[in-house]
Amino acid sequence: MSEVAVPEMMMPPPAMPAAFQVEKPVPGPGMGDFSYVGIDAILEQMRRKAMKQGFELNIMVVGQSGLGKSTLMNTLFKSKVSRKSVQATSQEKIPKTIDIKSVSHDIEEKGVRMKLTVIDTPGFGDQINNENCWQPIMKFINAQYEQYLQEEININRKKRIPDSRVHCCIYFIPPTGHCLRPLDVEFMRRLSKVVNIVPVIAKADTLTLEERDFFKQKIREELRANGIDVYPQKEFDEDAEDRMINDKIREMIPFAVVGSDQEYQVNGRRLLGRKTKWGTIEVENIAHCEFAYLRDLLIRTHMENIKDITSSIHYEVYRVRRLNENNTAIPCPPCPMIPHFPLKPL
Amino acid sequence: YNGTCLAKKGEGARAVPLAGHVGFDSMPDQLVNKSVNHGFCFNILCVGETGLGKSTLMDTLFNTKFEGEPTQHNQPGVQLKSNTYELQESNVRLKLTVVNTVGFGDQINKEDSYKSIVEFIDTQFEAYLQEELKIKRTLHSYHDTRIHACLYFIAPTGHSLKSLDLVTMKKLDSKVNIIPIIAKSDAISKSELTKFKIKITSELVSNGVQIYQFPTDDETVAEINSTMNGHLPFAVVGSTEEVKIGNKMVKARQYPWGTVQVENENHCDFVKLREMLIRVNMEDLREQTHTRHYELYRRCKLEEMGFKDTDPDCKPFSLQETYEAKRNEFMGDLQKKEEEMRQMFVQRVKEKEAELKEAEKELHEKFDRLKKLHQDEKKKLEDKKKSLDDELNGFKQKKTAAELLQSQAQQAGGSTTLKRDKERKK
Repeated sequence: MSEVAVPEMMMPPPAMPAAFQVEKPVPGPGMGDFSYVGIDAILEQMRRKAMKQGFELNIMVVGQSGLGKSTLMNTLFKSKVSRKSVQATSQEKIPKTIDIKSVSHDIEEKGVRMKLTVIDTPGFGDQINNENCWQPIMKFINAQYEQYLQEEININRKKRIPDSRVHCCIYFIPPTGHCLRPLDVEFMRRLSKVVNIVPVIAKADTLTLEERDFFKQKIREELRANGIDVYPQKEFDEDAEDRMINDKIREMIPFAVVGSDQEYQVNGRRLLGRKTKWGTIEVENIAHCEFAYLRDLLIRTHMENIKDITSSIHYEVYRVRRLNENNTAIPCPPCPMIPHFPLKPL
Repeated sequence: YNGTCLAKKGEGARAVPLAGHVGFDSMPDQLVNKSVNHGFCFNILCVGETGLGKSTLMDTLFNTKFEGEPTQHNQPGVQLKSNTYELQESNVRLKLTVVNTVGFGDQINKEDSYKSIVEFIDTQFEAYLQEELKIKRTLHSYHDTRIHACLYFIAPTGHSLKSLDLVTMKKLDSKVNIIPIIAKSDAISKSELTKFKIKITSELVSNGVQIYQFPTDDETVAEINSTMNGHLPFAVVGSTEEVKIGNKMVKARQYPWGTVQVENENHCDFVKLREMLIRVNMEDLREQTHTRHYELYRRCKLEEMGFKDTDPDCKPFSLQETYEAKRNEFMGDLQKKEEEMRQMFVQRVKEKEAELKEAEKELHEKFDRLKKLHQDEKKKLEDKKKSLDDELNGFKQKKTAAELLQSQAQQAGGSTTLKRDKERKK
C-alpha cells in the first residue's frame, strides 16, 4: 500500500545548474520556521560524508609514444602525477610489448581528498605489427572488474570496496589532420564497449583552427560510421537537460589539446604554456586550445557521471557476462535447509 | 599483460601538492546533485503499544497529516502496516515510508509479539539481497525498503521498561537502528522524567541492548551528537493542533492547567528528536543500515546456506548460480515430496478399494451359499411332500378299491361274505 501525499512545502526549487557549471544547492530556511522539517539537511550530511570518505579516480591514457600523454596528465592535475615523473628513467626505451603501469597519488583541494590513479600504457601502437595491441589493455580493464566482483561476492566484505576500475580512458589521436587511422578505429571500437573513452587530438598546436575543425568533423563522422560510442554516450543521457548539455559536448569532441607544465609570463600573468619562436600557446586559453574544456568535462562537471557509468553500466555488463558463463563444475556446499514433511497416516 | 604498480604504499600513495586550482573540489557538489536528481529514500519503523501516539508523532515530525483515520485494531497478532509518501522540501525529494505496528502489546500472550516485526525487517533485507544477487540487476533504481530507523515507543509509566520492551528491543538491536523514545511524556513530571530516563538507560545497559548511538567521529557534528546521546531516550510529545501563544501559532496540546508546546525544548525533547533523526543523522542512519545491519544479515544468510569464503575457486558464480540451483533443488525436492504424497494417497485408495472388493466378494459368496442351502431345503421338503402325497394317493386308491370290493361282495351274497368272514375270523 502506498499513498502519495505532497503537502504544501515552501521554497520553490532553485535554478538548475548551467552547462559546465556546478552550483551549490541552496539550503532551506533557518530553524525556528514553523513548517520547516529539515529534510533538505540531508544534502549537507551527504557532503560531509563525502568529504570524510574522499574520492577515487582511475584514468588510463592510451596513445603512441611522444603524443604528450604524461605532460597532459601533469597539466590536468597541476602536479607531477604521471608515471614518468615518478619513475625516473634516464633512457626512455620503447618497450617490446605493451606495459601497463599505474601510479597512485593522494591529492587534496579545499578539504576534498582524492586518490588519483594514472594508468599508463607505454608501447601501445609503437610496434611494427600492432595487431591485437588492445588485448593487454582489455585484459587489464577486465581484471579490475574481476577484482571488484570478487570482493563484492565475498561473505565478509569490506565496508568500502576499493575501486580500481578504470573510470575513463583518454585516447590520444595523433594530429595528422586527415582522418582516423585503422589502429585508432579498431581500438576505440573494441574498448568503447567496456570503458568510457574520451578521444583527444594530441599536440594540437600543429593544426590551424580550420584544419582542426575539419579534422574533428572527419573524426566524428568516422566514429559514427563505425558505431563507436565515446563518452558521453547518447544512450546514457538521463533526461532532457542532460541531453542538452551532452549534445553540446558531443559537437565539440574530440577536444584538441595542448599540454604543458611550464609557466611563462604572458601579459603580466604567469600562465601554463608552450613557448615557441612565433608565440606562446596558452594552455588554458580556449582561443588557443581546448584543454580547459577537457579539464572541465573530466574533473569539474562530469567526474561523478563518468564514475557512475563505469559502475552501473560497464561493470554490470561485465558482471552479467561473468555470471552467465559458468561452465566449470563447482562443488556445491551442503544444503542444510531441506525441511521434513511429516506424513500423517490416512 | 605486464602490470606494475609504482609508488603504492599500502592503502594510499604519495601525497603530491597541487600547483594550482584543478577543480575536483566540486566532487561533493557533483555527488549531491546526482543524489538530488535521483531522490532520497527513508524508512521509519514505529514500534509501540496501541495508543502511544505513533501516528501523531509522525505527523508532527514531518509536518503533514499522513493517515485519514486511526487504524483498526481488530486483527489478532501484531500486524505491520506500511505507507509510502513523497515529500519535497526545496529541491530535495524524499520517498518516506512509515511502518506502524498495529496491535503490538494488545495480546494476552505476548511471547510472539516481536516475531512479526523481526520477520518484516528480514523480509526487506531479503528483498535487497535477492536484487543484489540477481544476474541482471538494477540496484541504482531499486526502491530500498530496508528499515533505516526504528523508533521504539516506551509507555510513560515513570517506573521502568516493561519486559515486553526489553525482549523486543533485544531481538531488534542487531537488525535495525533503535532510537528509544518516551511517548506522551507530558504525563510525567520533570523530576520523575529524569529518574525514568536513568532507569531506562541502566536497564538497557544491564540487558545488553545496543541502541543507536549518534556518531561522534566527524568533528563537525561530534559535539552535538555526543550531547544528544546523553539525552536518550527522548521524551516526546506529538501534536498537529495549533494553539496561539503570544502572537504566534505553535503546535501544542492544550490542557486546563496549561499548554504543552511541542517545539519548546523546556517542555519536551521533540526538537532534539527531529534534529537528530532528520537534520543531522539521516544519512548516517541509512549508511549504518546498509554497512552494518544488512551486511550482518547477508553474511548470516549466506553462511546458513553453506557458503564459505575459504574456497576462492567455488565462489562468485557459485554464489549466484548455486543460490539459484539451491532454490531449484529445493523446489524440486518439494515437488518430489508432493509427488510421493500423491502416490501414497493413490496407493492407499487402491488398497482400500481392494479390501472392499474382497469383502463384497465374500458377501456374495455367502449369499450364494445360503441361497443354495435354502434351495436344497426346499427341494427336500418338496420331495417329502411328494412322497407323502403319493402315499396319500396310494391309500386313497386302496380305500376306493376296498370299498368297491365291499359293495360288490354285499350285492353277491351278503351272508356268505359274513360266513366267510366269520370262518376266516375263526
